[in-house]
Amino acid sequence: MSRKLICIECPQGCSLEVALEGNKVVSVTGNTCPRGDKYARSEIENPVRTFTSSVLAEELDIKMLPVRTSGPIPKAGLLPAMREVKKILVSAPVETGAVLAENFMGTGVNLVACRPANKPPME
Amino acid sequence: MDERELVVVGGGPAGMAAALAAGAAGVKDILLLERDQHLGGILNQCIHPGFGLHRFKEELTGPEYADRFVKQVTKTPSIEVSLRSFVVKLTSNMKISYLRPGALEEVQAKSVILATGCRERTREMIPIPGTRPSGIYPAGLAQKMINMEGWIPGKEAVIVGSGDIGLIMARRMALEGMKVKAVIEIQKQSRGLARNVAQCLDDYGIPLYLSHKIARIEGADRVEKVVVAAVDDAFCEKPGTRFELSCDTVLISVGLIPENELLEMAGAQVDRKTNTPVAAEVNRTSIRGMFACGNACKVYDLVDSVTRDSEKAGQMAAQFLKEGK
Repeated sequence: MSRKLICIECPQGCSLEVALEGNKVVSVTGNTCPRGDKYARSEIENPVRTFTSSVLAEELDIKMLPVRTSGPIPKAGLLPAMREVKKILVSAPVETGAVLAENFMGTGVNLVACRPANKPPME
Repeated sequence: MDERELVVVGGGPAGMAAALAAGAAGVKDILLLERDQHLGGILNQCIHPGFGLHRFKEELTGPEYADRFVKQVTKTPSIEVSLRSFVVKLTSNMKISYLRPGALEEVQAKSVILATGCRERTREMIPIPGTRPSGIYPAGLAQKMINMEGWIPGKEAVIVGSGDIGLIMARRMALEGMKVKAVIEIQKQSRGLARNVAQCLDDYGIPLYLSHKIARIEGADRVEKVVVAAVDDAFCEKPGTRFELSCDTVLISVGLIPENELLEMAGAQVDRKTNTPVAAEVNRTSIRGMFACGNACKVYDLVDSVTRDSEKAGQMAAQFLKEGK
């Protein structure tokens, strides 16, 4: 059995062909770098994505603070993650990379800020 | 009048890279004008990952990519940043007028780099018959609304055009709980990257209709539905293929058009069709000492390439200031 995938690791978007035995990956072809092989195996056995969104900020110089998981999380966790970040309100200044939720939803990765947010400038 | 060696218009990825490279090449007196209240340009609303693989060998979100340059710009003594500064006039001898809160400023530059980016092509630029209800947004505007303002534009959306911004917005709206009913593309292939079709549409079960077009948008005050039809090789509607999709939101993702009004105002040659500067080499314009870089020069797929080319624009300006060429 085989499955066709498009590699999402870089903008090149290689067409991958994955040979399978049951749910086990036997071989990956079509990739032009090792990341493609790794992606294909992960995509079949445990698909993951980096989660990004933005969360509400108050009394800061931006209305919404962009956030991400510091590493990929299971694909099935993306929609629950959206519900979770809706509960977050950031009201103190943060730096890029500041941890907003440690071990986010038990995924082993943190939810971090993607940019600084500061007190609004005085008019 | 204020005098500067170099004025850079636009504080997005192109303007920041150009200013930094000019500074590194020895230009001592750089003014960077940005109309928004933050540097970063369009990257600030591109909260998805996928940036920086070439430049930094890691995958960053747009704001993270921008932040690396913002930090460098703010610690570079030769660059002065003026935010909320909107350039309203540029002359061929490089006199610049700009508005900032409470003042109209004038500055005489020896060299100018225009890094003014793109605008989105709108519904008016592709003929879509029908009514003119609310609920129709350029995809990038919807991106700004959702990611930076926290507004959700509607409940059910159809996206016209499969450019990368449209694909990325399909995923964002799906994550935000909207029902994304379809992406409609008149060409035979997606205009966006294959990986965006995979991770933005396939991941969320959003159908992509290739060789299809929107035949009509219908709705009185608010969009109520779109009529979709298949097209032949000449992009003409195939009779009998019409079907309807009910929706309250239509996103238009049909490409970008460089914003070069200032360059035109200065009297430089601008290609009527592409709105890009007419010049023999990337980053140059028909006026000596005036440069254009980033999406104002040509529409790029990757910000990494914008950074690379815009650094060259900064070096070109430095060379012009040193040697007059």
